[in-house]
Amino acid sequence: MNSASTVRDSAPAHATDAPVTRRPFRVLRIGDAVSVRIRVRSAVVCAALLTAVVAVGLYTLATGDYSIPVPDVVRALLGGGDQATHFVVDSLRAPRLVTGVLVGAALGASGAVFQSITRNPLGSPDVIGFGTGSACGAVAVIVLAHGDAPEVSAGALAGGLVTAAAVYLLALRRGAMQGFRLILVGIGVTGMLTAFDQWMLTRASINDAVTAQIWLTGSLNGRGWAQAVPLAIAVAVLLPCTALLSRQADLLEMGDDAARALGLRVERGRLALVVLAVALVAVATAAAGPVTFVALAAPQIARRMTKSPGVGVGPAAAMGALVVPVSDLAAQRLFPSELPVGVATGAVGGVYLAFLLARQWRDGR
Amino acid sequence: MTVVILSRGAGGSTKGAALIAGTTKVRLTSLPVSQSTASEIRPVPPTETPAGPARRRSTAAKALGLVACLGALAVVLLLSLAIGAKSIPPHSAFDALFHFNGSDDELVVRQQRLPRTGLGLEVGVALGLAGALMQALTRNPLADPGILGVNSGASAAVAVAIGFLGLNGTLSYIWFAFAGAALVSVVVYVLGSAGRTAATPVRLALAGTAVTAALTAFTSAVLLLEPDTFDQFRYWNVGSVVGRDASVIWQVMPFVAVGAALALGLSRSLNALALGEDSGRALGARPGRTRALGALAVTLLCGAATAAVGPIGFIGLVVPHLARFLTGPDQRWVLPYSAVLAPVLLVGSDVLGRVVARPGEVEVGIVTAFLGAPVFIALARSGRISQL
Repeated sequence: MNSASTVRDSAPAHATDAPVTRRPFRVLRIGDAVSVRIRVRSAVVCAALLTAVVAVGLYTLATGDYSIPVPDVVRALLGGGDQATHFVVDSLRAPRLVTGVLVGAALGASGAVFQSITRNPLGSPDVIGFGTGSACGAVAVIVLAHGDAPEVSAGALAGGLVTAAAVYLLALRRGAMQGFRLILVGIGVTGMLTAFDQWMLTRASINDAVTAQIWLTGSLNGRGWAQAVPLAIAVAVLLPCTALLSRQADLLEMGDDAARALGLRVERGRLALVVLAVALVAVATAAAGPVTFVALAAPQIARRMTKSPGVGVGPAAAMGALVVPVSDLAAQRLFPSELPVGVATGAVGGVYLAFLLARQWRDGR
Repeated sequence: MTVVILSRGAGGSTKGAALIAGTTKVRLTSLPVSQSTASEIRPVPPTETPAGPARRRSTAAKALGLVACLGALAVVLLLSLAIGAKSIPPHSAFDALFHFNGSDDELVVRQQRLPRTGLGLEVGVALGLAGALMQALTRNPLADPGILGVNSGASAAVAVAIGFLGLNGTLSYIWFAFAGAALVSVVVYVLGSAGRTAATPVRLALAGTAVTAALTAFTSAVLLLEPDTFDQFRYWNVGSVVGRDASVIWQVMPFVAVGAALALGLSRSLNALALGEDSGRALGARPGRTRALGALAVTLLCGAATAAVGPIGFIGLVVPHLARFLTGPDQRWVLPYSAVLAPVLLVGSDVLGRVVARPGEVEVGIVTAFLGAPVFIALARSGRISQL
């Protein structure tokens, strides 16, 4: 479904309406060894998004039940300031913010990869059910083992990876994988895991059940550096790798045969991308629970902003990094009692989804 | 649409078609999804045309099969009365129905097991017919109240009823479940059918899943704002025939009855519709009217079932496939078979749920998910998705 638009929107359309002097690409060369082709508009959008992330971050750190002027926030971040300010900024607000930004970046990047692989704007990891796998692992730890936070994260990680492996293997047929089959198998597995989740919820005490339900929604509440630091390390490793491989994702979007003809080892490339994307979702989910719709919406919004033919990993990650902290802020401040961030992303995502489908409807695609 | 790559085999001869067929390797490579299976629905090839005696014989066989299915249903119903935390011999269960003498065993049967069995029967019929009807109307083998998001609509509405309006007890939120199911089935179909192109299986499944995800977030918000609501809701949401008020059976009965009558009455029109819009119209079918009535029947059946027992997935998906496997594509047989086989599966799952976790029970909605999801995955793997 995506392929039609990909082909139609691609280079010629831009070439005609852009002046010859403003080429859409610049080449960055460092010596003879490094040569990177950069799309100007994407780079500008990324920069703008990251600036917005910083602005939102400062606002988040400065406001709340205890207001702190921005200069004091900066001083506290650099290690200065009085003790109370330092405590509020460094121990309470900053880790939560950092976790939110990283979770958003990881989900956005992974959503971009999955949408390329499945060649479907709706083929995001939460629809495919990798989030459900993580959630199932986490709920099992909460309800059956009464585990503490690190154990719950470990359970989520394990659940996500096992589910992803199972879905991928089930979607393989004669050694080949098709995007739509991955989606459908994922939907089936999700149905089963959701039933298992619900069964565990009815067996749990009400306290465990509420904890599990919050977890199932996706929450950044009470996240400290203990969660933020491992997440930061994982994202710092996985995100650059994904960005490096994203060229292969662009080729895969053209279809297996075209990609093969252009010299890509299709199955191997796809497997590498799936592994990276799943790892990104798994670490994000382990940190914050299955925050819905970020992986679905961020790549598509970014694609519309950059006006690029495909879903790019970089802009999608930047968009995710903006969406999650903003949603968290909204969920904290707009309701009488504080709600988990997944509720806000779910609401935003629902509206966005209606827009996406209605657009397809209008285009008759 | 497949690409056929011909390469010469060891013989290398190209003399004559037969020889080529014998010595060449034919490799089939599927084209990308957007051009092949996912986005197109081919009309069903007209398979049932054997004339005269052959056809009559097959009709007799199908009728016999239906009787056999009814027999299976009777056995399962009796098992449902006999098996449980307290095992009761089938003959006592039988006596409890027809020669009631007030013993403990017979009280258990009458007061505990009879209502849940009756409810399972009713809901099974509704879900089986709804699934078969959904699959025929959308010509989508993956249609099912769970996958198309109807259940999540009912769940969200019930969460609102319990949370914001303070209702409790199945009897009071049944109407909300109804309204939610109806609203969401319309939304998903509109989103999934996407204007000029037909509603493709994958697109409908995606629209349903996406709407489910959005509604789940909403439901979750309601539940987390009100922990008491959550405590009530989690037992409804799991999908169970236990602990529902026995009068629920009578309350939803009219809806199931009207929905079932509509569904069975539409079977001929559905056959015409299966040939495609144009051919169907040429044969005198009225696609618009058939779709509208069908959608009404689906809403009545799904809404009633979900309202009565909570969301139960996969029954509506699996049973019509089983029915088509037994009868072929003729809706005049698929619908009755589905109506009989679905309660067999549902009540059977309920019995299984009582046996696997003794002395506790596993709710029927969970058993059906664990039985049905593998079938769904097998269907997705089989590549027969578009052939309906």
